[in-house]
Amino acid sequence: MKKSLAFALIAAGVLGAVAQAQAVDTRARFMAANCAYCHGPDGKSRGAIPSLAGLDKGYFVDQMKAFRDGSRPNTVMSKHAQGYTDAEYAALGAWFAAIK
Amino acid sequence: MTFDRREFLKISAGAGAVAVAGLSGCATSVASARPKVVVVGAGFGGSTFARYLKMWEPKAEITLIEPNDKFTSCPFSNTVLAGINQMEDITFGYDHIKKVVDAWVQDTVTAIDTTKRIVTTAGGKTFAYDRLVLAGGIELLFDKVQGYTAEAQKTIKHAWKAGPDQTGVLRKQLEAMPDGGTFVMSVPMAPYRCPPGPYERACMVATYFKKAKPKSKIIVLDGNPDIASKKGLFLAAWKKHYGYGTDNSMIDYRPNNMPRAVDPVKMMVGTEFDDVKGDVINVVPPMQAASICDLAGVRVGLDGKPGPWCAIDYRTFESLTVKNVHILGDSTLTNFPKSGSVANNTGKMCASAIAELLNGREPDAAPVVTNTCYSASSPDTAFHVATVFRYGEGNKMVAQKGGGVSKEESELEFAYMESWAHNVWADTLGLPADYKFTAKG
Repeated sequence: MKKSLAFALIAAGVLGAVAQAQAVDTRARFMAANCAYCHGPDGKSRGAIPSLAGLDKGYFVDQMKAFRDGSRPNTVMSKHAQGYTDAEYAALGAWFAAIK
Repeated sequence: MTFDRREFLKISAGAGAVAVAGLSGCATSVASARPKVVVVGAGFGGSTFARYLKMWEPKAEITLIEPNDKFTSCPFSNTVLAGINQMEDITFGYDHIKKVVDAWVQDTVTAIDTTKRIVTTAGGKTFAYDRLVLAGGIELLFDKVQGYTAEAQKTIKHAWKAGPDQTGVLRKQLEAMPDGGTFVMSVPMAPYRCPPGPYERACMVATYFKKAKPKSKIIVLDGNPDIASKKGLFLAAWKKHYGYGTDNSMIDYRPNNMPRAVDPVKMMVGTEFDDVKGDVINVVPPMQAASICDLAGVRVGLDGKPGPWCAIDYRTFESLTVKNVHILGDSTLTNFPKSGSVANNTGKMCASAIAELLNGREPDAAPVVTNTCYSASSPDTAFHVATVFRYGEGNKMVAQKGGGVSKEESELEFAYMESWAHNVWADTLGLPADYKFTAKG
């Protein structure tokens, strides 16, 4: 996966001290992998829980914000959305948008 | 751009980064060779770790050692007791994981030399490692319950490690029990594997009794002073579905009732207060981290002294006391619940960290990880607990605000629970996209 400059800046900001030239944002990679136990490997669900793979990044970020402020009611995601930062929403959104 | 180890250490020291202890003493990096990673245990933690490390650092040479030839899921095993699912619905072959790893070894680990970095098995094989990952789950301490001998274990099942000899036999015992019989089950002292599991078990056995043996009773002997997980939700479900709080309650819940002794001939469980007679007895003994952790000398608490669980660095899951040994899932001393979801996610956290370490890079300094855990309350309803944990300075994992449990049980969450199971099994075992699941939520 090739990352954009904006994406790299987000990642660098999050990672902090150690500036490294990496082909992959490994922090976003783990955060996205974290979602797989409910949303399926690579964000491709095998059941009633929605897939995340291929979602538009803007849509993903908007949904996370809506879960957080309660404008999209949901039992589980209203909780998880409160635990992530806006920068992390963006990193996750970019990651899932890139999965075909 | 790549750094060799010396340059990397210089740079990271200059940047004021936290030194990663695991870098020292581990000579093999992917730059020069194929580092050897030995994984012991192919459950939710170990299988997930192996699968993700292979994806994220294909040069890692992964050996996976597991005594069982099949994966039986503890999550969902209570639905087998209810008769909602059969054993085969929660049992999976290891065919897909076998294709992922460099070597699959069906064997039991009998010795670990953490100085020479060599693992020995009962079959007499030895495996050298650069990184060792212990994902053995729990060891049950039968000797803490008087009379819970090998002979007694033929009659009294714990069913806290799912499998045909445990979950399968317990289901058959419940089927053979006459209507009007008593099922006696226990809840171990926290912390234990699957905090809501025992209370879900009461719901699922009650589901079966309600349908097939409505005059039967369930006595829950809880070693804890109160319901240890999802209390309000379980009490509401017990009242709504199983008459709890009335004279006709199917469930008789007894807190502060730690089973101290069992008698498989008289079919009795002894607590400090009482001898309780049952037609079917299901006692879960006290537990600690898997015995392989002791072989590696990592069953050590935060104080550096021997303890029941393994203290780890949350960024790498490396033991705080023994270098190059990482521990996953239920064996660890953490503030995570000991759930299948957490085991699966700690497998990925550790894989992410080891992939970085093998490349001479610093792992994520502040990982974020989640737990979501569903419990079935009836044949159609379920509820959850969900938490986001974020790394904090001083090796802490801080539960973020906003986490917690469902407002109430629902049929929608029952469907989500089924979907969770399919997805976590697929994610753990690498099941292909067209895999046909048979388990119902």
